[in-house]
Amino acid sequence: MRYFLPDTVAEATAGLAEKNYRIVAGGTDFYPALADQPVRDDVMDISGLQALRGIARETKHTRIGALATWTDIARAELPNKFRGLQLAAREVGALQIQNVATVAGNLCNASPAADGVPPLLTLNAQVEISAANGQRVLPLDQFILGNRRTALEPNEMLTAILIPNDAEAANSHFMKLGSRQYLVISYVMVATLLEADDSGIITQARVSVGACSEVACRLADLEAALVGQPLTTTSAVVRPDHLSILAPIDDIRASADYRLAAALEYTRRSLSACTEGLL
Amino acid sequence: MTSPGTSGSVDFSLNGKPVSVSVDPTRRLSQVLREDLGQTGTKIGCNAGDCGACTVLADGLSVCACMVPVGRLQGAQIQTVEGLAEAGIPNRLQKAFLHFGAAQCGICTPGMLMAATALLAENARPDEAQVKDALGGVLCRCTGYRKIIQAVMAAHDFDAEPLRAETGTAVGTRLNRLDGEEKVLGTDLFGDDVAGQGALVLKVIRSPYHRASFSFGDTGGLLVTTPGLIKILTASDIPGRNLHGVIPDTVDQPVFAVAETRFKGEAIAAVVGDADAVDKFDVSDFPVTWTERPAYLTPEKALADNAPLIHANRPGNILMNGIVQRGDLAAGFAHKDATIAEGDFITGFVEHGYIEPEAGLAQRVGDRLEMHVCTQSPYMDRDDTAAILGIAKEDVRIIPTAVGGGFGSKLDLSVQPYIALAAWLLDRPVRMTYSRQETMMSTTKRHPSAIKARISADKQGKLLSMDFNGVFNTGAYASWGPTVGNRVPVHASGPYIYDAYRARSQAVHTHCVPSGAFRGFGVPQSSIVQETLFDELADKLAIDRLDFRLRNALVNGATTVCGQVFSEGVGIKDCLQSLKPHWDRALSEADGFNAASDGSLRRGVGVAGMWYGCGNTSLPNPSTIKVAIRNDGQVVLFQGAVDVGQGANTVITQICADAAGLDILNFSLVYGDTDLTADAGKTSASRQTFISGKASYLAGQDLRKKILRMVNASEDARLAINGSKITAIDTAGRNDIDLAALPADEDGFVFTGEGTFDPPTVALDENGQGEPYAVFGYGAHMMELEVDTRLGTVRLIKLTAAHDVGKAINPTLIEGQIEGGAAQGLGLALMEEFVPGRTENLHDYLIPTIGDVPEVESILVEVPNAHGPYGAKGIGEQVLIPTAPAILNAIRHATGAVLRDMPATPEKVRNAVLRAKGN
Repeated sequence: MRYFLPDTVAEATAGLAEKNYRIVAGGTDFYPALADQPVRDDVMDISGLQALRGIARETKHTRIGALATWTDIARAELPNKFRGLQLAAREVGALQIQNVATVAGNLCNASPAADGVPPLLTLNAQVEISAANGQRVLPLDQFILGNRRTALEPNEMLTAILIPNDAEAANSHFMKLGSRQYLVISYVMVATLLEADDSGIITQARVSVGACSEVACRLADLEAALVGQPLTTTSAVVRPDHLSILAPIDDIRASADYRLAAALEYTRRSLSACTEGLL
Repeated sequence: MTSPGTSGSVDFSLNGKPVSVSVDPTRRLSQVLREDLGQTGTKIGCNAGDCGACTVLADGLSVCACMVPVGRLQGAQIQTVEGLAEAGIPNRLQKAFLHFGAAQCGICTPGMLMAATALLAENARPDEAQVKDALGGVLCRCTGYRKIIQAVMAAHDFDAEPLRAETGTAVGTRLNRLDGEEKVLGTDLFGDDVAGQGALVLKVIRSPYHRASFSFGDTGGLLVTTPGLIKILTASDIPGRNLHGVIPDTVDQPVFAVAETRFKGEAIAAVVGDADAVDKFDVSDFPVTWTERPAYLTPEKALADNAPLIHANRPGNILMNGIVQRGDLAAGFAHKDATIAEGDFITGFVEHGYIEPEAGLAQRVGDRLEMHVCTQSPYMDRDDTAAILGIAKEDVRIIPTAVGGGFGSKLDLSVQPYIALAAWLLDRPVRMTYSRQETMMSTTKRHPSAIKARISADKQGKLLSMDFNGVFNTGAYASWGPTVGNRVPVHASGPYIYDAYRARSQAVHTHCVPSGAFRGFGVPQSSIVQETLFDELADKLAIDRLDFRLRNALVNGATTVCGQVFSEGVGIKDCLQSLKPHWDRALSEADGFNAASDGSLRRGVGVAGMWYGCGNTSLPNPSTIKVAIRNDGQVVLFQGAVDVGQGANTVITQICADAAGLDILNFSLVYGDTDLTADAGKTSASRQTFISGKASYLAGQDLRKKILRMVNASEDARLAINGSKITAIDTAGRNDIDLAALPADEDGFVFTGEGTFDPPTVALDENGQGEPYAVFGYGAHMMELEVDTRLGTVRLIKLTAAHDVGKAINPTLIEGQIEGGAAQGLGLALMEEFVPGRTENLHDYLIPTIGDVPEVESILVEVPNAHGPYGAKGIGEQVLIPTAPAILNAIRHATGAVLRDMPATPEKVRNAVLRAKGN
């Protein structure tokens, strides 16, 4: 077992070019997954990469560094279109998790119930992937490939999440349903983002649902149906068949039928709550 | 790259002081603090970020130390509970925790305090919602969180002095718990906190299958190839009996299974070695070959004709059958005016969920074995350990550590036989701490139940007959299964009067983790059945649901289902009546809300009554307490009743102080050591306040008599200790006793008092008729809640809990029991279900968080009884029993949804709401 604590991204990517490391940022997925077993992987602790900290508003996009924690997100001064992401930030585990767990780690862990994925999908997020031989940028829906599977190669690391500076007048929202308060892995998550013109007609609509498919996904049919509708009628627009892309499973937390029913209800509620910031 | 620190060490600040460690950089901060730096105030509950017990501050932010690699901490500022007090004086937050009773067992207290410290640094006067957000990641299984919220909100300017009780007024006073300061300072020593450097560490090898045969490979070779491992233990190493069990007639659980395992998680072997070697040992490297065999996981399957016998001497896989019956059952159902409610009910395994996993340290001292361990039953541990080692029971000494929650499961052996065996054979100190997965997979659970019941009442709502059949999954070994099987038929009636009654129970073995004792011994399950059927009966009869209970409530002079008649002390009516004004208000508020609602949110109110017998069922269970005065004026109470957080240390001392007529400030405790304290029985069956408390009362009186006799003072003389003098003042004058001048025993004691109490009971006959308990405790809960009918989620608004405690010895501690028991009851009702092999951690097995508990208003009813000290009755289990049925009744009131399959998760509630609406 080797432990590597690089100071720079260049050192980190050089290290990755040499051997397979298990990358550890917040540690909130790494340690629980050990259960009672000792550490056997070679570990790269990226907590020292100062360049990956923070959230920056740049000309083309908003950059969320790979070490930005959920608490960083929750406390940042950001436009209303980030409100859904900020609501999600406050519902990740509990405060002790939010203080160390990173948004980037949430994506790399690629759990179907990852709290960050639905709101980031509604923000059209992209991920910046770095390796010793260069960088590439992928849309989020091409990065997460399945349950615990991503497009990351062994020699690569995720260095930032990039949110395009579009829909700047939009409002967004997020809701998560579980069977208790705090420290909950959800049955269903819904993220919504809406933008409207001066007369209250929806010009842009994005809706995504998590924990109801292997990877959280956008509801394209519903989004299309919402555009052109008044903000006041969003819940009436939502029909069960708008959710037909979802493929929830039965598991110990809830049945597929329940997840679908809850997703429908939460989609309506989240849209309705999202309009409140626009009306 | 940066190497971690210079010369391989990591330098950081701990509570303002520089520290330097040179360890594996992936080592968790929690482990470094506890093992390498000796700071055991930070607790480990799950090692996975699910419980928050290890919360510390890193550069001012609350984090779980179990998920922080120490290698990254160069230059960091770490604060732990040890840094809160100044010169050993608790700070305001810690004082507030003491005052409000926010620490019970104390295992979550350091984590709670640190999470609150981070909050208060940013926001000195947080509101309730802010407190919940900050503390939401720290689980507590004892308090129900309400007193923690109170303490944090009051901390900013808290400077109240602790309440004092003048001589003779300790009973009834809200004294701070006597063992509280150590808990808020983080200095209390729990099972994993007692081992010194150098103790060997033990790890158990467990069955990965529900049922499997196995054969060992080259275990000797493992020792050769694994440096630091020094011993492998299997059944063949046991010098005495390879069996343990809590009930003499049904001792059946091997320390190490032989040839075949009967549940997933059963032990087959153990490895012992240096801490480092055992930490790094991967149990999957242990040389064993498993052959999985067909497992029978439910009573239905285990009772089938073709099922193999799980124990050869238990035909049909039936551990026991229980029955209580009296009266003409059929007549009550055939009655011309009978209205009947009936149903089939299911509950699952429930995990105790204490935050402290089992832990202990054993060492051989000459030809004796000493063990420090978190336990609810030191004398039973002593006797069972001695049998396993094949030595006399007097040659085992059990010294209970602080217990980080027990709730019944720490009555059974867990780590004890393993560390005792290793220490005995190796003559070295040996320690072990269960991982969260180990404690969840291998220690006892609440019995799953399948219950069919039927109750009838006449037109006036008078109960006629109740017929009850309960089948309980008792798992692979007996544990407390027979106790549950006996308790349930006695209690399944609830505290009500019937013309006729029959309750049958059956405990059935399966290839599941053993079911055992869990707060209420099966009565929470039966209470769900009886109390929810009562609501259906009342509604069918158009009788107010509280009134229905009042019409049928037991009273003094009435006959119980066991044929017992109490001439005094029956307090259920008082409890129900005390709820009446709250009931009227709550019903009216719910009606108002529902009238204005579009139906998506519906409010409801539910009530449920309860009774619970204090002490063992028709079996002797004496307690003995001693108290003595030393020649320097110190009063020493030899208190053997284990304090698992409920407050036995405090309550038993309050009672003794008043019985002796001495100031409680003169008292110190010698606690729970089988070499030093007499047997005060086990901490279970709501018996410590009632039985050990009575023994303490008798001991105090005995001491007082001896003092008074020496100076011929009258019985009402006032006693005071000043230095080494006792002054007795009565109408005849003043007498001084110079303690230093009196002949003392070898320990310096000049007066001793002793009390023993065993509550009078009468054995139950073949129909369950007799006098099972000398005293019952009574209570009733009223829950107000809101159901989101489209999602099936339930928001608890307020619990009003009335309990007849006979005499409230310490009202703060009793409220703490009520709030904590209710939190467990709501877990049973709404979210908790252990599935063997599936939910062996605290993120798949959910217990209530600070965000789930409602406001609680406690009403302490005092209907004294002749047996208990100052009339006191037990409270520990009573508090959990009525919560779940009160919740279910409120859900039904709100929505019409009938729930008979626990837990009532959002999905089940939603489905039941849809059924109630007819679609």
